[in-house]
Amino acid sequence: MNGMQTVRRTRSGTTEPLWVRWTLISVALGFIFLFLLLPLAAVFTEALRKGVSAYLHALQEPDAWTAVRLTLLTAAIAVPLNLVFGVAAAWTIAKFEFRGKAFLTTLVDLPFSVSPVVAGLVYVLLFGAHGWIGPWLQAHDIKVVFAVPGIVLATVFVTFPFIARELIPLMQAQGTEEEQAAMVLGATGWQIFWHVTLPSIKWGLVYGVILCNARAMGEFGAVSVVSGHIRGQTNTMPLHVEILYNEYQSVAAFAVASLLALLAVLTLVIKSVVEWQFERDQKAAAHSPSEKPPLAGPFTLTPVHSGLGAS
Amino acid sequence: MSAATLSAPQRAPVPSLPRRANGRVLPGFKLTLGYTILYLSLIVLIPLSSLLFKTLTLTWDQFWQAVTSPRVLASYQLTFGASFVAALVNVFFGLLVAWVLVRYPFPGKKLVDALVDLPFALPTAVAGIALTALLAGNGWVGQLLEPHGIKLAFNRNGIVIALIFISLPFVVRTVQPVLEDAEKELEEAATCLGATRWQTFKYVIFPSIAPALLTGFAMAFARAIGEYGSVIFIAGNVPMVSEITPLIIIGKLEQYDYAGATAVAVVMLVISFVLLLLINALQAWQRRHSGAAS
Repeated sequence: MNGMQTVRRTRSGTTEPLWVRWTLISVALGFIFLFLLLPLAAVFTEALRKGVSAYLHALQEPDAWTAVRLTLLTAAIAVPLNLVFGVAAAWTIAKFEFRGKAFLTTLVDLPFSVSPVVAGLVYVLLFGAHGWIGPWLQAHDIKVVFAVPGIVLATVFVTFPFIARELIPLMQAQGTEEEQAAMVLGATGWQIFWHVTLPSIKWGLVYGVILCNARAMGEFGAVSVVSGHIRGQTNTMPLHVEILYNEYQSVAAFAVASLLALLAVLTLVIKSVVEWQFERDQKAAAHSPSEKPPLAGPFTLTPVHSGLGAS
Repeated sequence: MSAATLSAPQRAPVPSLPRRANGRVLPGFKLTLGYTILYLSLIVLIPLSSLLFKTLTLTWDQFWQAVTSPRVLASYQLTFGASFVAALVNVFFGLLVAWVLVRYPFPGKKLVDALVDLPFALPTAVAGIALTALLAGNGWVGQLLEPHGIKLAFNRNGIVIALIFISLPFVVRTVQPVLEDAEKELEEAATCLGATRWQTFKYVIFPSIAPALLTGFAMAFARAIGEYGSVIFIAGNVPMVSEITPLIIIGKLEQYDYAGATAVAVVMLVISFVLLLLINALQAWQRRHSGAAS
């Protein structure tokens, strides 16, 4: 008995006995099943509760379509805006040293820590009827709050840091040597970005864009505050889900929700593919002496903070 | 233009020297910095400052009354309490999931790894109605528990469960990379010195992941405090009992009490700032910690 134990200990010095391993795996998978898989499955089951025809019928409603169009429009404006900002911010923070850089990086992260409801509120305070610019806007018959521009602005706010914080650590890890070499060879700034920087950050860029897009299409709290819930006009898909749900139109609510759930699944698939591609590229480039830059996890506030580890 | 670009590198030999503040070699610094600050101001800073200015229209007494009325105080207690419990649950299960994903091979591992990010990708409103459908009296889970007198929807339990869902990935994703980088040699050494596996975990592995756990906890907590979409469907939203602070803000807005809503929002914003600073400090600590270890 004693001898047997010693044998087993030496064999598994840095891992656990089999039964411990499988217990831990089972508990972890049970947790994942209960908290992640079951809710996801519930969306589709509830949507199809009354059959496929009821499901399709619910999706063909004009109000649902207006909501889909508005959601697509919002994402189509918010994502490119934050993409341009993300690239500019990453270029300035990752490629240059200047005073106040750590502070600027913290400010870029700020919208992550603001409650979505507060994010919506600030635009109501600015553009609402009693706000700073509200009276002027009213005089010129421009509607921002309780209209599409407000929804877009609130979405831009909540998705603000997504692409920037994906690119900053990536570009920091890659340094500036290659860009400097391109300059010596006479490349212009635009050529440097297009031919040197962009190829090496492309996966981070795609990663940031899909995550930004998922959040832009799914945002609820901030948009809810500024939208005014005008059916068929200022309802995005998540808001439409809420309205239908509160009207006890369960199948219709879950039908629209299932589209958003599909979007989420698609996002996870693209994300995984991007991660595998990125790892493959890393391995292919493994001969080169440069240290491997990380693909920062989504949304997790990964350490970006400049200056500290740069020099 | 081309003359300038060509002559600049000649003055500053390219590869070796670190960049100095005055010797920025690459182009586009002023443009990108200017654009970054402009966009940041327009989208984030100026709108947020409107909160402060709106608050200044209140006297101190009015402000204090708005942020400490019994209903608001009850909502703080609920929001912070539920967020704390949810973050704590995620510390435990997040560590477990990260551990299993890093250390043990099992079928479907890549799928589980991808699935962990679901709460980030799934819109919160969808999560809210899905959890409600599961936990309500006629749902898959609810109908199993209701006969035993356990109610999980439309009360505080529901709030905690929704918050566990939305903050689930934070601890996993902060602990996972640290576990991956952990040096097996240290564990081997511990085993050689006669430590049991549990002792190795307690004295060797746990201290090295503690900063990451704490960071993950703070992030999960911060996220849970501000959460609105998933909670309101499952909470029941009874004033004084199951009404979260973001809902108080919405309620005040719907009654056109902009100043009152702003006052409560300022309190939440200040707490978010403190948490953001705390997370930054924790991450700095974590970097020093891992730097000292390797």
